[in-house]
Amino acid sequence: MTAIDSQQTPRTAAQIGRTELGPRPLPPLGRQRDGRAPAHVDTVLDNGLRVVAVRKPGVPMVELRLRVPFSGSHRTHPARSELMAATLLAGTARRDREAVDIDLARAGADLGASVDPERLVITGNALVSGLPVLLDVLADSLTGAAHRADEVRMEKERLVAHLAMARSQPRTIAHEALQKRRYGNHPITRELPEPQDVEAVTPAAVRSLQRKGVVPRGSVLVLVGDLPPQQAVDALAGALAGWTSDREAVRLPPLPRVTGGDVLLVHRPGAVQSQIRLSAHAVPRTDPRYPALQLANLVFGGYFSARLPENIREDKGFTYGAHSFLEFNTHGAALVIDTDTATDVTAAALWETRHELGRMVVSPPTQEEFEAARRYAVGSLGIALSSQAGLASSVLAIVVAGLDLEWLRGHPARLAAVTRDQVVAAAAEFLAPSAVTGVVVGDADVLSAPMAALGGVEVP
Amino acid sequence: MPRITAPELDLRRLTLDNGLRVVLAPDTSAPVVAVAAHYDVGFRSEPVGRTGFAHLFEHLMFQGSESLPKLAHFRHVQGSGGTFNGSTHFDYTDYFEVLPSAALERALFLEADRMRAPTISEENLRNQVDVVKEEIRLNVLNRPYGGFPWILLPPVLYDTFANAHNGYGDFVDLEEATVEDCAAFFDSYYAPANAVLTVAGDFEVDAAIALVHKHFDDVPARPAPKRPSFAEPAPTSEKRADHQDRLAPLPAFAVGYRVPDPGTDLAGYTARVALASVLTDGDAARLRQRMIYRDELVTDVSAGVGLFGMPYDARDPDTMTITAVHLPDVGTDSVLAVVDEEVARVARDGVSGDELRRTAARWSATMFRDHDRLATRTRAIGACELLYGRGELAAELPTMIAAVTTEQVAEAAAELRPDSRAVLTITPSGEDGQAPGDAA
Repeated sequence: MTAIDSQQTPRTAAQIGRTELGPRPLPPLGRQRDGRAPAHVDTVLDNGLRVVAVRKPGVPMVELRLRVPFSGSHRTHPARSELMAATLLAGTARRDREAVDIDLARAGADLGASVDPERLVITGNALVSGLPVLLDVLADSLTGAAHRADEVRMEKERLVAHLAMARSQPRTIAHEALQKRRYGNHPITRELPEPQDVEAVTPAAVRSLQRKGVVPRGSVLVLVGDLPPQQAVDALAGALAGWTSDREAVRLPPLPRVTGGDVLLVHRPGAVQSQIRLSAHAVPRTDPRYPALQLANLVFGGYFSARLPENIREDKGFTYGAHSFLEFNTHGAALVIDTDTATDVTAAALWETRHELGRMVVSPPTQEEFEAARRYAVGSLGIALSSQAGLASSVLAIVVAGLDLEWLRGHPARLAAVTRDQVVAAAAEFLAPSAVTGVVVGDADVLSAPMAALGGVEVP
Repeated sequence: MPRITAPELDLRRLTLDNGLRVVLAPDTSAPVVAVAAHYDVGFRSEPVGRTGFAHLFEHLMFQGSESLPKLAHFRHVQGSGGTFNGSTHFDYTDYFEVLPSAALERALFLEADRMRAPTISEENLRNQVDVVKEEIRLNVLNRPYGGFPWILLPPVLYDTFANAHNGYGDFVDLEEATVEDCAAFFDSYYAPANAVLTVAGDFEVDAAIALVHKHFDDVPARPAPKRPSFAEPAPTSEKRADHQDRLAPLPAFAVGYRVPDPGTDLAGYTARVALASVLTDGDAARLRQRMIYRDELVTDVSAGVGLFGMPYDARDPDTMTITAVHLPDVGTDSVLAVVDEEVARVARDGVSGDELRRTAARWSATMFRDHDRLATRTRAIGACELLYGRGELAAELPTMIAAVTTEQVAEAAAELRPDSRAVLTITPSGEDGQAPGDAA
């Protein structure tokens, strides 16, 4: 081996790219060890709360997820629910906002609340030693959040500012447009409140919403961490015994099925980049077609080595990222395709995206594509479950879907049983161009003409 | 109050004959492995006229190598059940994969092949220039507060090209990049002696060492480049600049301060990290309590060390920032006056023991959570090994922060001087409903 002095003898790119030995063979995969199945307890507390506790050692931490279905049909529900979430952890009869933070910090703990049109989620974590404090603050807030008038007033002002910030983001604009395009006037489309509705909310309305809506029955709490699961359940049962209600948490009304149709062009004057957001009907994890659909989606755009990103990023350079993914809700699922692309190539990117959808039908996934997608689905699941936070979020998702930990453990075997024919059938059923609708948000002054010429686009 | 503990790392080291430094961090708690390669080159090493080149070159390292045609790297990682990425920082560039443990040898093979003989072609270069431009449109040009503050603040705080220029790059510079530039950049900076390889997760140490030798021993040795000093004097006055942002709905500002060199004054640097936490981590933190909830001056405020939002990620000179978003009827100077008043109070009176213990406990939890994700742990070990020669540092932050005293925090606060800082303001300049034209 000779050392090369790059100062004196600069190599060309061609010289850099070759060695005397030449190309080498790809090493085979070794034998994969199975992960240990974590101990868990899945139960319902006396107050009606479903609890899933999972032991996951590795770091002396716990991860907590509490999901409360939190839908509302009234126009002002989003404003009230955002303010309820913003002041839920801002003080109780026993603690003011500062004391909540001080108690949590001393325990190495953190708690946060967020809402969307479907649910309230409280996410928390703590050093294992801080679990009692974490649960005490959580229970104190669930049963006695004060929603003090001055806190509600301040959070109203901050929320209006945050809404302005959110609505200036292209991705938010595109998401709102897509929701309306596929779900019309359904409550799920009202993700961000209107500023005038925020102004009108009273502290009494916020308190009332918590009392009626933040209830254990119908809710799920997942606790993953370095402690025996029964010990976790006992701690939860003790801490949350006072959280009771006769009511049941309010679930999202069923969503209309996403049907194929023209893509709507939404004008954003002078935008240098456009957001393409497409969607189609899909099936949830409980459907027997789900594993095949999961793999068909991967082949199309569900990971980097997929047809769509290999075409419009790695071949054409139209975008930094192109993705497709399955989006789950209480009742079902939808497929979403997204990519952002410069204005001058937006029409071309939409055309190529449709072309790749068409190819899923007429040039269906090959054996090689199918097997690569399957290995990725199994491997990436193992990676996701290898951290406490990833495990907690995964468990919550499958419990909300009406499944349990056994389903999660059995999923690699379920994927192994999928045949290519099933993936081909799923591709034809769910990824057909005719099944897709959506929006393009961009500069219509430039985009209207080429998009109208392509057809299948409703221009302003 | 819990005793402050930190993740434990059991690091093994070796150096190959070609100079490649190797760090092994075995952990058999889950059947996954991670491989990371950290190269000692970042934005700061870019030549004048080639802004954004280090990041562009990072993209090119995924475009194939002697044994792997274009697309093969992605397909082999993901087709083995793994995930991958790369990132470019001020002082380093990293590449990593996380995979089922059965794919360890494959990951080492993939990293070795591009360290040995990457394919640099005109076609791939043009393609990736287009991709990077889309990345910049996505993250900077087409969104409000794009590049705030990591691109916008350095040219106010720093004078030299190395420290001040835009690491994403100007479109003109990106378009002028040539295959010859890429070849020279690779030969200069991607020598094995200029890199650290980190292997973490589920493997047997001896077997992993054998695989590292098998795949990396014949990467040709080249001399590591002499690393220049990027030091420059701290500002001797307050420097200000304004950025008109036509997409931003609310005004904002970022204050930048210089921090001690973490290579020679780790304790001083760590005191800044603790100070930033005392100021803005959590609702009880001093600036949040005062500025959001008492005086209602700002909608958000945050402080931190490191322009990418995490400390211990760069060599000297590094930056502490305080950023805030506020309503238009509140002037920047009135907000800054409150920042200065609160900082002066810390400098004069120090902070309470309870504030320090809370800060340490939160950092302990944060580090455990970060290290629980194998990708994060592996990359942090590699970065600390490369930048400071001690991968262990990645796990020692909680105990280091726990050792910070109130006097040290007071000294750190005294160094946040108004006459030696940069203030970048963001002024919303859009007309109603008007988005900007292409800035490039």
